Amino acid sequence: MNQLAGMMNRLSYYWDLTVVLTKKEIKIRYKSSVLGYLWSVVNPLSFALVCYLAFQIVFRIGIANYPLFLICGLFPWQWFSNSVNTSTEIFLRNSSLIKKTIFPKSVIVLALVLQDMIHYVLSLPVIAVVALHYQVFPTLTWLYGIPLLLLIQLAMTYGAALFLASINLFFRDMARLVSTLTILVFYCTPILYSESMIPPQYQWLLYVNPLAPLMANWRSVLLDGCLLPDYLLLSAVYALLILYTGHQVYERFRWRFAEVL
Amino acid sequence: MEPVIVFDRVSKEYPLYHRVTAGLKHFLLDLPGAIRSLRSTRLEVLRDVSFTVQRGESVGIIGRNGAGKSTLLLMIAGVIKPCGGTVTVRERVSPLLELGSGFHPDLSGRENIELNGVLLGLSRRQVLTKQDSIIEFSEIGDYIDQPIRTYSSGMVARLAFSVLVHLDPMILLIDEVLAVGDFAFEKKCLDMMLSFKGSGVTTVLVSHALPQVEQMCDRVIWIEDRSIRCCGAPSEVIAAYIEHSKPTDKP
Repeated sequence: MNQLAGMMNRLSYYWDLTVVLTKKEIKIRYKSSVLGYLWSVVNPLSFALVCYLAFQIVFRIGIANYPLFLICGLFPWQWFSNSVNTSTEIFLRNSSLIKKTIFPKSVIVLALVLQDMIHYVLSLPVIAVVALHYQVFPTLTWLYGIPLLLLIQLAMTYGAALFLASINLFFRDMARLVSTLTILVFYCTPILYSESMIPPQYQWLLYVNPLAPLMANWRSVLLDGCLLPDYLLLSAVYALLILYTGHQVYERFRWRFAEVL
Repeated sequence: MEPVIVFDRVSKEYPLYHRVTAGLKHFLLDLPGAIRSLRSTRLEVLRDVSFTVQRGESVGIIGRNGAGKSTLLLMIAGVIKPCGGTVTVRERVSPLLELGSGFHPDLSGRENIELNGVLLGLSRRQVLTKQDSIIEFSEIGDYIDQPIRTYSSGMVARLAFSVLVHLDPMILLIDEVLAVGDFAFEKKCLDMMLSFKGSGVTTVLVSHALPQVEQMCDRVIWIEDRSIRCCGAPSEVIAAYIEHSKPTDKP
């Protein structure tokens, strides 16, 4: 009984930590900019515009409602990419917290990923508006599909971010490596193109890239209103694996964080 | 008497990471040297340090810069682990290793109270109930809703110390914090810490402000050359330390 109460206490403290740190991240992110929150929509939208010009106008890709198709994949991708790219520096930026306080440091990473998730969720209405413009209507699938995919992507992104944040303290090249890798993975993930456009001999790429089934599923849910169960399972397995690895690496190295900062 | 902090033959060394982090080019250019340095250059900070702190005791730690005082505090706080020996801490620690760590300059004083209070171990509800009394103690007044980057360093220190005294600490770790703030606030802090002492809080204080150490502490540990040089009544240890630190004419 006592043990249970202790655990509940720790859990509720963990929750409080997550809340205050996420609030802080959200508050400081756009603190001194005029457009504020709008930036988290403007960024992916302008990226989408560039892709639209290049692939629809110039290359004449044969995909219906291409702008909508694009943002359904780009928005969740931006969440992943932003989180992962910021995560490499997150412990360095918070070095005074690492060295001078004793709360579980993984919460710093969790808050970062949650903050990006919240920005993504806030940009979902933009997708809905664009969808309406193309006469694509929200379906009931959104009700359970979106939360499920949010959860999977949260686990996957948090695991990856925790891994990268921990490793980067000992191997500072990680930050540059990650920014290069994310660009590479971006083009290997069906965001600009659909899965069916990948030549048969390269279809396996869909299965070795943890982001591919997830991003394809986002688009399937948002665009076609259908959750693909095999992709869902595959991305869930990847998410758990990445979360586990990230956590193990963090646990292994966390005692030395204060020494290398 | 009940021991709450026990150091048993504790030693700590830091590996020197600079060779590898200096980059691949340097690493490869001086490969034998780099490998040698990877193996052998470990910086020994503490060696075989043993001492015990009883509940309610105030212990001061003095010594030169780089003697290992802060490392010792970090080990009590549980931020780093010893390489040899054991550190046992039997109470909840409220680390105040540095004033204002965890404050964010762009957040207001009020927002920083919530953030800092939770980071230091309070729940949000506890912070909320103590908020008014924290603000009052800090004497910051209307500035509390301004971002703290507009505060003077003394005001930041006041706010940080106010959060600290509301943590209901059992063990208080203090690293050079009383040197900021004006005279009146410094006096207030000292009074507060003396009242902590009266209510059974264990305090470990690292400081170069010897008069304060002498006034506050029951016992002083002098660390020199990686180990405890001497330990005992504040007046004696501090006198010996001052004698030792005097510049000598002979090299």
